[in-house]
Amino acid sequence: MITLPTRKAEEWRYADLGALETLWPLPDAESVTVAAGGEFARAIVNKGGVVRLSLTLEAGAKAAVHVLNTADTYARIEIEATLHEGADFHLGGVQLSSGDQTAEIVTTVRHIEPNATSHQMIRSVAGGTSTASVLGKVYVAKGADGTDGSQSVRAMLLDRTAQANARPELEIYADDVKCAHGCAIGELDANGLFYLAARGIEPARAKALMLQAFIAEAFDGAAEKDNLTAAAQAALEALL
Amino acid sequence: MLQITNLHASVADKPILKGLNLTINAGEVHAIMGPNGAGKSTTGYVLGGRPGYEVTEGSATFNGQDLFALDPHERAASGLFLGFQYPVEIPGVSNLQFLREALNSQRKFHDLPPLSGGEFLKLAKEKAGLLKMDMDMLKRPVNVGFSGGEKKRAEMVQMGILDPKLAILDETDSGLDIDALRICGEGINAIMRKPDKAVLLITHYQRLLDYVKPDFVHVLAGGRIVKSGGPELALALEEGGYEGVAA
Repeated sequence: MITLPTRKAEEWRYADLGALETLWPLPDAESVTVAAGGEFARAIVNKGGVVRLSLTLEAGAKAAVHVLNTADTYARIEIEATLHEGADFHLGGVQLSSGDQTAEIVTTVRHIEPNATSHQMIRSVAGGTSTASVLGKVYVAKGADGTDGSQSVRAMLLDRTAQANARPELEIYADDVKCAHGCAIGELDANGLFYLAARGIEPARAKALMLQAFIAEAFDGAAEKDNLTAAAQAALEALL
Repeated sequence: MLQITNLHASVADKPILKGLNLTINAGEVHAIMGPNGAGKSTTGYVLGGRPGYEVTEGSATFNGQDLFALDPHERAASGLFLGFQYPVEIPGVSNLQFLREALNSQRKFHDLPPLSGGEFLKLAKEKAGLLKMDMDMLKRPVNVGFSGGEKKRAEMVQMGILDPKLAILDETDSGLDIDALRICGEGINAIMRKPDKAVLLITHYQRLLDYVKPDFVHVLAGGRIVKSGGPELALALEEGGYEGVAA
């Protein structure tokens, strides 16, 4: 019998274990193999619960995954990607949480052969007493030289009681590797909000405008950019 | 149009304005001049409703309404335009999107239907042309990467599109070269020099007043107006400095 995880496990540290209990046992991850030289694109809109996707990119394959993670109580998206030689993985994600919700995106990217690239960009917006977390692990195997991996995680807190976590983890066994990661957690610019108000824009609308601008780049390059952006906007407006 | 009576205001509990009185009627252009730290910018921010600028005493009536009972966006929708000394950058939001939102928010406030995209673009083109601003600039994010002069011109385009009743322009002339100063001055005249509108210019220097001729000039010092006069007062200040005139 598989028991529920505890907070001692890094990848579950910020999870809502109470909510998880009602979802247990979790379904297996959807497993997708992208053949050598092939292309794969997926847009995921999660409105609650756990979504798991496991990708294997064979040599030269490309995958672009864009996700919108919103929670009724608990929303978690887990993505694993295993990259063979010269493969390219792109993840653009937005997560929005309010009230006492918990939203998290957990990724594991394995560069197991040389010259693969992975780029991950996640934008979180958290209000109320909610928690938005991003756990991103990048593993580079011995011999996977020429790896180029990046993680960019930014979070905007709408209330001082909200929480955002960003935890990049690098495990690198190759020498010639580029792995960049950056994270920033902040609040909406008060000067900007006043500037918008001084031109007649209502406070909630002003916040929505600035937040839309904040999350927009995460959906750049998505085939379903318009749909994702519209869904994110609707969720943002409900959150404000 | 605007009547300020015995206005006291503090920033972070420090009193800045200490009994400001000023009446501006429709059709008039007023200029407030004064040394650094006199409370010029604070006057603009208090009237615009910037958070952190606290009115401790006195009143301001704008077209018959208690100005301080309105939120900043309601003041704007009621026809008050605050031109910023340092216009704020809003990354990711284009000027056109921002201005269309602003205009339609103000129209909604007055129960008017929103302008369509086509109608708005026509208006924006006209006002940008007035300020000799390229439409491509308006497609860029608000003030991001704009030079000091471009920011001020963009503000004047905003003013043209929003068509306020009263413009309070805080050092619109700062950061402008001679040509940009003339273009902004002419823009202010074209947009605001009308019998049903009024302007309050906040400035250090006479030079903007060469283009936008004030009807009244006031000297602000120590948080209150210490001297008022006609345009000749600005010239006297330029000659004798604040110490000579305001003493």
